[in-house]
Amino acid sequence: MTERSLRGRVAVAGVGETAYYRHGQAPEAEFVLCLKAILAACEDAGIDPRDIDGFASYSNDRNDPMSLATALGTHELRFSNMLWGGGGGGGAGSMANAAAAIAGGLADCVVVYRALAQGQFGRFGQGPRATTVNGDLALTVPYGQMSPAQWYAPKAMRFMHEHAIGQEALRAIAMASYHHAQANPRAVMYGRPLTEQAYDESRWITEPFHLYDCCMENDGAAAIVLVSAERARDLKQTPAFVLGAAIGAGYRVHSTPAGYATPDLASSHFKEVARHMYAMAGVGPADVDVVQCYENFTGGVLMALVEHGFFAPDEAMEFLKVENLLAPGGKLPLNTSGGNLAECYMHGLELQIEAVRQLRGQSTSQVPQANVSLAVAGPMVTPVSTIIFGSEASLG
Amino acid sequence: MTESYLPPGLPIPVPEANGLSTPFWEGLKQEVLRVQRNARTGVYQFPPQWIAHDTQTFDVEWVEVAPRGVIYSWTRVWHPVHPALKGACPYIVVVVELPQAGGVRMLGNLLGDPRQEVVIGTDVEAVFEHHRGAEPPFSLLQWRVATGKGA
Repeated sequence: MTERSLRGRVAVAGVGETAYYRHGQAPEAEFVLCLKAILAACEDAGIDPRDIDGFASYSNDRNDPMSLATALGTHELRFSNMLWGGGGGGGAGSMANAAAAIAGGLADCVVVYRALAQGQFGRFGQGPRATTVNGDLALTVPYGQMSPAQWYAPKAMRFMHEHAIGQEALRAIAMASYHHAQANPRAVMYGRPLTEQAYDESRWITEPFHLYDCCMENDGAAAIVLVSAERARDLKQTPAFVLGAAIGAGYRVHSTPAGYATPDLASSHFKEVARHMYAMAGVGPADVDVVQCYENFTGGVLMALVEHGFFAPDEAMEFLKVENLLAPGGKLPLNTSGGNLAECYMHGLELQIEAVRQLRGQSTSQVPQANVSLAVAGPMVTPVSTIIFGSEASLG
Repeated sequence: MTESYLPPGLPIPVPEANGLSTPFWEGLKQEVLRVQRNARTGVYQFPPQWIAHDTQTFDVEWVEVAPRGVIYSWTRVWHPVHPALKGACPYIVVVVELPQAGGVRMLGNLLGDPRQEVVIGTDVEAVFEHHRGAEPPFSLLQWRVATGKGA
């Protein structure tokens, strides 16, 4: 292990979230949701919110650190960080940035947060309403190519074409999320199971994505408190140690609207990023006990799992069967809280929380003896990011 | 042509104030397809950039290329996300690769039956779709399955 590593130096001490709502249904201001999630994470950790000295987020979160620090009465601000990139690509990256700040001595207690109340602002899944468009958008929007599902569909389509992957593989990913949501009372889709027939009969959004291949849009907030490993060991909860993390993309990966021009189109862009993450963590795919993988669209999950080394593209049809993806006994339990498809679309921060809960033994779909827990942020949404957490035993 | 593949009311493409993509959009109005090329190395690039990515030099030239390509990927859109598209679904978007221009890719609609089978690898040819009555006027680059003539 080189010295330039996060491995074992930082841990998640607290996680928190508000109730999760259907989009537009939040009863409170987005800023209030954000504050409540942060307070819940502090309560979970057993720390005084005024001791937070750093804030990190992504996707242009509207709740800026100065406003939060002022509202919370934190003693001082030592670190504030926004990761570029829209959507959920930065969920793991914000955790990595927070961990790097702590490991590097910039701050002692950093909170990663994401709050969304789309009814109070705008929805992600709707196209632009401007009269004119220029730049990269001018080359897609006039052709009716203007939402994330539409921008990313050709990537999945090409990947499925190259490797003869059928719709059943995408369906298994959706089924796993819905299955796990049925055990999770926090999940927006709790009590609303999905059947293979309902998936097959659901309408197309944009081929190859059916309705159930696409994430929900929700209101709510989530927050995660990170501190040094030493301090985490003295706090209330079983620490989830950061083993490794990475942020980025490969060669000449364009921003999303121009993504069709990216040389490696049929990719979730984790090839190099996952390699760096594993190298830092000192583990490989065979060591992973449970995976949370951001479902913007199931096709992105398919490619991300391949690029994290769980199976070769040509094995996808064999591997991506529902029974392999379910806790507690599946080969690779996936999205065990219900994920973006069925728990809540909190831009994937709910997946980071679930990865931590698995190591604490607090999941509603617990994997027995989970020691290595992977959380993959938005596939295809560059810069992408990924992080892996471990229990005390995993540091051995 | 007078009819457009998608209904009017979508945002109109315009070059940036700094003019980066003006040669492309002006070319379409004249039924000419232009992409950028590194004047030193002949390496093509699209969408437009200020700098050549292979030599980090700024002498990037615009060159005319044959308006044809190959379907690299596609999607068929069934769910409208803009008011102008309500009632216009499904429609097909294709990612087209231009082998004669270093494999750069661009995007457009595949003209014809929106429920047609789309096959990756199919040869396509460009159709310049003019919106001369729009304010401001513009032209789009559309695609149709190649007839085998005139390529």
